[in-house]
Amino acid sequence: MRHGADVQEKLDKASVAVCGLGGLGSNVAVALARCGVGMLHLIDFDEVDITNLNRQQYDMKYVGMPKTEALKEEIQRFAPYIEIKTDFVKITQDNAIKLLKEKYICEAFDKPEQKAMLTNVVLEKMPDRILVGASGMAGFGDSNSIQTQKRMKNYYICGDGVSEISNTSGLMAPRVMICAAHQANKIIELIINTQE
Amino acid sequence: MVRINGEDIAADGMNLKEYLEQNGYNMQRIAVEINEQIVSKAVYADTVLEAEDKVEVVSFVGGG
Repeated sequence: MRHGADVQEKLDKASVAVCGLGGLGSNVAVALARCGVGMLHLIDFDEVDITNLNRQQYDMKYVGMPKTEALKEEIQRFAPYIEIKTDFVKITQDNAIKLLKEKYICEAFDKPEQKAMLTNVVLEKMPDRILVGASGMAGFGDSNSIQTQKRMKNYYICGDGVSEISNTSGLMAPRVMICAAHQANKIIELIINTQE
Repeated sequence: MVRINGEDIAADGMNLKEYLEQNGYNMQRIAVEINEQIVSKAVYADTVLEAEDKVEVVSFVGGG
């Protein structure tokens, strides 16, 4: 028992949907899997591209493969005992309710419009869920401006809120991993501290 | 006064959509909650900010 039986049992029973498997989502999923979260639902519509390898949890052999399949394979290498469900699909306002059955939902999209869409649909239509999202983690340096805040009922947001991708500032592994770790750490805390 | 993102703002009686537009928010990149209740985008234009309302506007930037 790494953290005591009661804690591990809560993690075993928990299920988390990870929406988007890029720099945030692939790192969140790996962190949750290493903690022993019992069920992960991995959702993305994209394939692994060579330009992803500077910050996402994939390697050369996965290039061209759906991120859902690649990440499932990667996680199974170190956490073969957890259940992994995958959906190789783009999440929309119309399919979100049908797709997302997990109590904890991680918003790990890239585009701000997609982030807003998922946040609105989850908070509006799924009041029994908890959403952990992210905004603002591009660039390098300034680790400590990345924070976790409870901004709304059932909604936590991680990031600095302002550092966006642009022509002069891309995503780099350390800072996006800091933000992903904030998300994963909040989800773990919520799983362990929530009384059923 | 309306409490918006932790600050007291003289926006009493103002229409939510107008407030958001005047403050430069992109409607496609935000989520809005009033008094712990998410506000559907469809009703931004019909929502009036009232004194003592606690408003949270989350604005998203790209990257992830």
